[in-house]
Amino acid sequence: MDVSEEISRRLAVLAPESIDVHDDSAAHAGHAGAASGGGHFELTVVSAVFAGQSALARHRQVYTLLADLIPSRIHALQIRALSPDEF
Amino acid sequence: MSERNVQQEIHDTVTQNPVVLFMKGSASFPMCGFSAAAVQLLKNCDAQFVTVNVLEDQDIRQGIKDYANWPTIPQLYIKGEFIGGSDIMKELYATGELQQQLAALK
Repeated sequence: MDVSEEISRRLAVLAPESIDVHDDSAAHAGHAGAASGGGHFELTVVSAVFAGQSALARHRQVYTLLADLIPSRIHALQIRALSPDEF
Repeated sequence: MSERNVQQEIHDTVTQNPVVLFMKGSASFPMCGFSAAAVQLLKNCDAQFVTVNVLEDQDIRQGIKDYANWPTIPQLYIKGEFIGGSDIMKELYATGELQQQLAALK
């Protein structure tokens, strides 16, 4: 399973206007956390769902959709969750 | 020996200290880039804060994820309230909200 593709597939339920998943794992290879096998990813997702929501609520939704991938496949995830007018 | 009540311990920690950062490593020696970024943001705000090194305590490391229902570390708490992880801290710092919340404690 390609984790980046899986992240995009899971977040499709947010009907994102735009989604970008960057696999940054290579930059962290060898540090203690990377040994578990999970990757580092940078996610930017733009969805109307996020309008009017706090950052906490936005991140929670993303985490909920990816819950079973953390930490085995995803060790670290940087999240930018934006509404369309913030993008 | 009675069984350890990790959730109660965490609750006590975050309610008895105005600002608590659960992190990997210490403020002087962060063991993770995200934890290091979180410490730096708090320092930028001239905040007084305590840190809990989850790498030294596996029960707390898992327990804090359950406490906030949040899967990652670092985690910031202000007056017992879960604020977020390093990305959210960065956003709140950029808008000035983090500085305001921390200044209100002084």
